[in-house]
Amino acid sequence: MAHSIMDGSIGIGEKRVELDRTLTILLVGVGGQGTILAGNILAMTAAEAGLDVKVSEIHGMSQRGGSVSTVIRVGEKVESMVCDPGCADIVVAFEIVEALRAQQYLREGGTMFVNDEEIVPVSVNVGNFRMPEKAAMHLDEIGAIRIDAGEIARSAGSPRSTNVVLVGALSTALPFAVEKWEDAIRRRVPPKTVGANLEAFARGRASVGA
Amino acid sequence: MSKQLLSGNEAIAQGAWEAGVKVGVGYPGTPSTEALETLVAKDGVYCEWSPNEKVALEMGIGSSLGGVRSLVAMKHVGVNVAADPFMSVSNTGVNAGLVLLAADDPSCYSSQNEQDSRNYAAFARIPCLDPSDSQEAYEMARAAFGISERFDTIVMLRETMRIAHTRTMVEVFGERTVPAQPPYESHPEKYVMMPANAVSRTLAANDREDALLAWADETPLNRIELRDRTVGIICAGALYTHVREALPEASVLKLGVTWPLPSGRIAEFAREVDALYVVEEACTYLETRIRALGMPVQDPPAGRLPRSGEVTPAHIRTAFGIEDPSHLPPAEGLPPRPPAFCTGCPHRLVYCELRRIKAIVTGDIGCYTLGAVAPYRSVDSVIDMGASLSMAHGMELAGVSGQTGRPVIGVIGDSTFAHSGITSLLGTVYNGGTGTLCILDNRTTAMTGTQGNPVNGVTLAQQAARVSPLDNPSGKPLDLVRLCEAIGVDEVELVDAQDLKAIRAALKSAVNHTDKLSVIIFKAPCRLLDRSKRPMPVIRDCRRCGTCVNIGCPALGKDETGHPVIDPAQCIGCGQCAQSCPFGCITQEG
Repeated sequence: MAHSIMDGSIGIGEKRVELDRTLTILLVGVGGQGTILAGNILAMTAAEAGLDVKVSEIHGMSQRGGSVSTVIRVGEKVESMVCDPGCADIVVAFEIVEALRAQQYLREGGTMFVNDEEIVPVSVNVGNFRMPEKAAMHLDEIGAIRIDAGEIARSAGSPRSTNVVLVGALSTALPFAVEKWEDAIRRRVPPKTVGANLEAFARGRASVGA
Repeated sequence: MSKQLLSGNEAIAQGAWEAGVKVGVGYPGTPSTEALETLVAKDGVYCEWSPNEKVALEMGIGSSLGGVRSLVAMKHVGVNVAADPFMSVSNTGVNAGLVLLAADDPSCYSSQNEQDSRNYAAFARIPCLDPSDSQEAYEMARAAFGISERFDTIVMLRETMRIAHTRTMVEVFGERTVPAQPPYESHPEKYVMMPANAVSRTLAANDREDALLAWADETPLNRIELRDRTVGIICAGALYTHVREALPEASVLKLGVTWPLPSGRIAEFAREVDALYVVEEACTYLETRIRALGMPVQDPPAGRLPRSGEVTPAHIRTAFGIEDPSHLPPAEGLPPRPPAFCTGCPHRLVYCELRRIKAIVTGDIGCYTLGAVAPYRSVDSVIDMGASLSMAHGMELAGVSGQTGRPVIGVIGDSTFAHSGITSLLGTVYNGGTGTLCILDNRTTAMTGTQGNPVNGVTLAQQAARVSPLDNPSGKPLDLVRLCEAIGVDEVELVDAQDLKAIRAALKSAVNHTDKLSVIIFKAPCRLLDRSKRPMPVIRDCRRCGTCVNIGCPALGKDETGHPVIDPAQCIGCGQCAQSCPFGCITQEG
């Protein structure tokens, strides 16, 4: 199935988080990197905080290694589900080329987290395209926060939890309690992997100094 | 009551279930697929995949006539396939509620066009509901069956990709009410569409149209929101949320019913505002009709909206003279990352060989459409489901092979062959056509997420129970070889799609027999079904000819010197690169 059903109903959080405006979070990556799970964890956390949430996914061909994106908007009353250029408060890029592709969506003063990993597209191997030069330097110049999420996930003993490491970094930029994020992770990941994913989440937070 | 975060498709399944729907039927197609995949998991409702959308709608008409509420789901281009029964059931009307879910795809995220299904509702003069988020999708799905019964008509529930695939908060009632099924009665005057009855049913449809026009002006599904009266915007669906985002002060006539249009409410709204605008995407469905009502629709003050593609809040801001927020420019020169055949995909070697023999391929709809892009660039046409086979016959009649010296080969997938390819093949056989046709049988409907189909024999209920097409003792898979032989194809060959030598031999033989019609069935399971792995191959004494890299495997790159490099994280040891190396430099051990 292209995407899963949210399990169970959502309770209104006891400690309601208030936002003075709608926040837009853009997750970008390559099909198969786990952007959808990361988006689900964020959406559930925000919904449990009593906020309105919209999660828009572009899939359909996402299992074929193409660029993928998820927009999550949270606020008192969310209208559009789309993120236009200059409108993302936070961009989380799961891959460096996709980070560059998404840079125009970041609003002035917004935050960009980037998984410090390159996945070479087929277009580079078989076509006339080249990987961008000095991508890391460019990302540093625009103020992106690079995270070696793959290595952090491996050192946490869970190489498949790169996405949850990035959720950990993302969590430091949003006003939701750590326990709420952890609750959402418990509910969204396979039961056997809860411990490893909570560790990956904690290390993701630590990687950006939280 | 509970609050849930649901996609539009999940919300529609929930609403239909609560409305007591007992039969759900359709053909998978992005962005509609998850509606039935969600519904099938609920209690008390029977769901199935049909071979195509026409069959699905006819089946749904039958179950409605038989007295149970029925949901028929498809993507927008599927409505074309179902258009024949659709245009007649619009005259017969229904017995129990009958709802057609049509999922449109503005900007063609995964479609061959961006046609607006509402034109079909207007063409057939049947009500069209147009939700703007999952809450409305849920409520409209709940209400649609009652509307269908009240006005004795099929109802279209039309959504776009942004509604289908956006999850929003839904207040779910959670209880199901199933209307009693009345004893069956024959009404040939209503359901036998021979000329005399068809004429009288058209008169009934005229009366129904009048009743629907009155209803459209009363229903709360259409609502006027008066704010700043200098700007009045008429909009529907996802566009309503974009208008609220971009122009929060504007007055809005929000249409939940987009056929028939509420002429009274539109006129009332036009009187209340100083300037009247229509905001819509991909076509001028609303604008044309509202102008035809004599309403003073204006172009937006700073320029018109795009004529095609999705409209987003940024387009609306620009059209109304509001500056975009400043942002970094798009990065230039980035390598594109379109979808590609997976590692180990059974389509890859077939396309490598079609490329090598410089075939002119008439293609079809599915993952294998990707044979049109680099590094294969082997597909010359993709029009609609089934066209690969019929177009190859047309190309033959036009003498294209003789003129170019290249073979014309039709390429179709298993599910698509069952959908519309069988009749195409019949046409070629019947008329004595020759040439080569390939059926790429990867045992599933892969592009939409590995659904069951008549070729693999997995039903929707079995799919929901996670039965694999590779291990389905109770299924009735279609024997493609026997089917093609029974149709009368001269030569039918079954070939392992993972065996390059066999692929080469089969294509060579078929192409050489210019006086015969050959069908080659290239069979091997989709990698999404068979995830088994073998050891990574080893490259020795490479001559840097580039052949292996050119098979377009995501796991195979090259270093600065042109030497191929295998990515151990992505390689599954399928051995396609080893088979492709002309010098035997890539070997697989163990």
